[in-house]
Amino acid sequence: MKINVTINNQKRELEAAYDEFLVDTLRRYGYLSVKKGCDTGSCGLCTVWVDEKPILSCATLSVRVNGKNITTIEGVQKEAKQFADFLVNEGAEQCGFCSPGFIMTVLAMKRELAHPTEESIVHYLTGNLCRCTGYAGQLRAVKKYLGVV
Amino acid sequence: MISIQDYALPATLEETYEVLTAKKSNTILGGCAFLRIGSKKIGVAVDLAKLNLDFINEKNDSIEIGAMTTFRKIETNPVLIKYFNGILPKAVSHIVGVQLRNSVTAGATIYSRYGFSDFITALLSLDADVVLYKGGQVSLETFLEDGAKKDILVKVIIPKTDRKAVFQTMRNSRSDYAVLNAAVSNKENDWKVVVGARPQRAKIARAASHYLAESQLTKEDIEYAAELAANELTFGSNIRGSREYREAICKVLVKRAIMEVLA
Amino acid sequence: MRVVNQPIAKIDGMDIATGKPVYTDDLCNQNALVLKILRSPHAFARIKDIDTAKAEQVTGVECILTYKDVPDVRFTLAGQSYPEPSPYDRLILDEYVRYVGDEVAIIAALDEKTAVKAMKLIKVDYEVLKPVLDFEKATGNPVIVHPEDDVHINFDIGFDRKKNIASICFMGDGDVEEELKKCEVVLEKAYYSQAQIHGMMETYRAFTYLDHNGRLTVVSSTQVPFHVRRIVARALQIPKSKVRVIKPRIGGGFGGKQNVSVEVFPAIVTLKTGKPAKIVYDRKETSSCTSSRHAMRINVRLGADKAGMVKVIDIDALADTGSYGEHAPTVFTLVGLKTLPLYNQAKAVRYRGTAVYTNKVSAGAFRGYGATQGAFAVESAVNELAARLKIDPAEMREKNIIKAGETNPILDGPEEQKPITLKSCTLDRCIQKGKKLINWNEKFPRKVFSDTKVRGVGMAITMQGSGIAGIDTASAVIKLNDDGFYTLLIGSTDMGTGCDTILAQMAAECLDTTMDKIIVHAADTDISPYDTGSYASSTTYVTGNAVIKASEDIKKQIAESGAKLMGVSAIEVEFDGERVQTQDCSRTLTLDEIAQRLALGEGQNQLIGKGSFGGETSPPPFIAGFAEVEVDTETGQVDLIEYVSVVDCGTVINPNLARVQVEGGVVQGIGLALYEAVHYNDKGKMISDTFMQYKVPCRKDIGKITVAFESSYEPTGPFGAKSIGEVVNNTPAPAIVDAVYNAVGVRVRSLPVTPEKVLKGILESE
Repeated sequence: MKINVTINNQKRELEAAYDEFLVDTLRRYGYLSVKKGCDTGSCGLCTVWVDEKPILSCATLSVRVNGKNITTIEGVQKEAKQFADFLVNEGAEQCGFCSPGFIMTVLAMKRELAHPTEESIVHYLTGNLCRCTGYAGQLRAVKKYLGVV
Repeated sequence: MISIQDYALPATLEETYEVLTAKKSNTILGGCAFLRIGSKKIGVAVDLAKLNLDFINEKNDSIEIGAMTTFRKIETNPVLIKYFNGILPKAVSHIVGVQLRNSVTAGATIYSRYGFSDFITALLSLDADVVLYKGGQVSLETFLEDGAKKDILVKVIIPKTDRKAVFQTMRNSRSDYAVLNAAVSNKENDWKVVVGARPQRAKIARAASHYLAESQLTKEDIEYAAELAANELTFGSNIRGSREYREAICKVLVKRAIMEVLA
Repeated sequence: MRVVNQPIAKIDGMDIATGKPVYTDDLCNQNALVLKILRSPHAFARIKDIDTAKAEQVTGVECILTYKDVPDVRFTLAGQSYPEPSPYDRLILDEYVRYVGDEVAIIAALDEKTAVKAMKLIKVDYEVLKPVLDFEKATGNPVIVHPEDDVHINFDIGFDRKKNIASICFMGDGDVEEELKKCEVVLEKAYYSQAQIHGMMETYRAFTYLDHNGRLTVVSSTQVPFHVRRIVARALQIPKSKVRVIKPRIGGGFGGKQNVSVEVFPAIVTLKTGKPAKIVYDRKETSSCTSSRHAMRINVRLGADKAGMVKVIDIDALADTGSYGEHAPTVFTLVGLKTLPLYNQAKAVRYRGTAVYTNKVSAGAFRGYGATQGAFAVESAVNELAARLKIDPAEMREKNIIKAGETNPILDGPEEQKPITLKSCTLDRCIQKGKKLINWNEKFPRKVFSDTKVRGVGMAITMQGSGIAGIDTASAVIKLNDDGFYTLLIGSTDMGTGCDTILAQMAAECLDTTMDKIIVHAADTDISPYDTGSYASSTTYVTGNAVIKASEDIKKQIAESGAKLMGVSAIEVEFDGERVQTQDCSRTLTLDEIAQRLALGEGQNQLIGKGSFGGETSPPPFIAGFAEVEVDTETGQVDLIEYVSVVDCGTVINPNLARVQVEGGVVQGIGLALYEAVHYNDKGKMISDTFMQYKVPCRKDIGKITVAFESSYEPTGPFGAKSIGEVVNNTPAPAIVDAVYNAVGVRVRSLPVTPEKVLKGILESE
């Protein structure tokens, strides 16, 4: 069916089958930053925002985002780079495959947590798995980015 | 790979019910978190998004949670944080990650009667009822036992009391599903001991609950009640833990929950 | 040093982090055929008949291939230097299927939906055979996993098909039985480590097409492009010259992508149809249809005196290689090779064992490569010995460990069994520093925090290698472009480790230039110089040395060319990275000018530096690892409070990247120790095949990770460096196991250490 969405501030009309998931539709239309990692809602790689909220695009049917506002990392490059600068300076992107989803969660967290602490940061980011870095460098980067001591 | 033949976004409950019951394979879409895993063949996928079921309302003597309310909303809702020691936000906060909790809905979780659910265990300790479009208002306990003929779960109603409630869970990895969970609540010596992820669905431990109400709540009483709960409930094995292990930690989680309620 | 030993950000870091489309599936033509694989539902069966007629009728199906359509030549998927030690026991598709998930048919269609639809219409008539699922019962079992008689081996690895033996290993020195008789204490225990799953975030994938010269191009997320070229050529029976392999960015490998798991499938479809084809494995296929760590049972006998001097180490191991023998002989060797040399005061050491076939998911290369399993067993045994002798296990290590300047019979060099001298080692300082960082003397063995919470500490040591001595080779080429910047061509494969960056750092250091002047290209078998690939902890050491040679080569050429352009002799000039200048400073030419003039008609001399390197030895990096855990005595839950790793990897080329390598490796080790349980059902199907059922650690599971370096200087290494990639995985399992023991007296000898096992131990001891 045809779905009308705003992706990264651009209005678009997309064609998606009823049983297509958002991750697949987005990749089909060239939003290739969106990665698939698990198929079971466990890894966070496919995180995008629907109406500013981070969701798993592998657990969202495309037809259900009709009329909504979708943001992928392609749409928040400036802000993503501001954080990625901290990440890269820790060497904590490693293979980079989980980074777009991770960064989308970090940016959503920045909007949502008024007073982030190490504990609330770790809690917020738990749905993002990473097999390379062991998370420690990611945490250093997030704390520096948010100014958490 | 799942397949969906058609999609409906009805505007009323009545219309929803019509579409839902028109064909056996027609199915309501919940949070869809687990949809991709399966190979379900769905006729019409019915979306409740237009029915305004995404709410948490504080009424005079109850709190109502709409079927389409996400776990993330439950986790962060000030009313739910305030009442029952915030047991509902605490119970759902362990589940995988924020993104998944932004998708998973209260209604779909309850309707599916998932055994591993943390939310159901916590909710069952609060005398909650569910409201079904056709089936009307029934207690959550009854609903969990009997399920429902194809129906629409509209909302959950929780009596607004000063019931004190505590949730306990045991997990291997922190982002894993529970090996076992327990909720214990008390209101004026009306105790509810609930154990879930056994791995079967949550159940009230009646004997343990009654015993607590009539005991002096000494250390020995608490341990005995925990023992009773482990004895009266059945447990099973899966890859997260054996029946024996579940039985053993049931005593511990229930004991700890009772002590925390009393603390 | 200006560039080396600096915490420089990865050159590709910003782009990969912010979502640039640079991974395999991002680059694939949308019109490529999509492949799906029909897989065996049986652990062991022979295909009696397979009917694809109905499936082929589905609109959009391009082709369906079965075992009748593939070359009848066996090969191995192990990405190893030719001639591979792994048995050639595979066909692209086989009449026999040997585990639940083994490939039965390849379906190529216009899209995934069509392929899946067609797949369901294929009818297979199986002769279901009884499988061997218990690796402890595989040897000599009447069921033979490889009944075919055309398995090929390149040299004697102890292969005995009829007994289900893929490989036998033996190494040793001294008379173990004689020396054991003299020992005051003998400890003998069996340890079990599980078939850990790699769980790299980017699942296996590749796409193929025929280029404008009719050559098969394979774009693959692989650690071993040159091995892929050779293996694909053999499997398809086409000349190597007809195959080109391109490696884009890789989303993690950990040894998994040292197996050529998926490339042959789209390759054969492209050859048959002439059309582009792609395959992307889902998470289940990635977990249960490729390879994993070898599960092992390792018996360790230790002989010692009462003072804690280890006199004898005797290891007897059994490895489960699953349905195919990829990496079986080599992984297996490292169990002994990377444990026995650590205890250099021993009078006799021995390692022997067998790798067996079973009807389970194949095992293969996994970061640590046998050293991880060996460290778990031997270090656990040493910890048990220390506990029995009531000696502090850290102090016991300090007495026994190998030191720089010592020789060891197992540390072999270019000639097998010929001991070499250990040239760099600060393991003693690693232990001392680790003790301080974790506050060992105060915390050992335990602290009781409450009625139900007890904390304990434990430790372990380990070593690995740096490349494979006498086998691994790498070449590097550096080209001076038509301006003063260089292209560094390498064939190693940065899978997130940052090796493109650290190799550029080395080149920049040698060439007295800055990072922005070095463009790195890797890897494309048509363009890149030969490299065995990034595995066996080889890239920093082996490729790094090649880069230094290439840099020195081009540096010399630049000076010579500059001198020639100035009309002076080469001995009169110096090149400082920016200009070539005569020693009296009377004449000078900038590098830009030299480059421009050489590229033009005047110079007609493109400068290309090259260097090749293969290690004569494999200098070991070392780690001392320390764990502090808190155990809940009522539930058995183990919380990791802190993990300290102190590392001797020689000179640290890039402190940030090295640190993250350690942190990541430690967390994989924590996963092995505590969370990553592999489950099969009784039919032989792996059921822990998703991230829902197989739990890699999440960020709440790991506690505090502390990393410190105690750098030695390895004289044969690039700038004194050794490897870091694999050694980081090895200590967490034995250290955590001992920390749990020290906390609550429960010794878990079978990984992972689940709360259930711990509680069972607590209840049994009460």
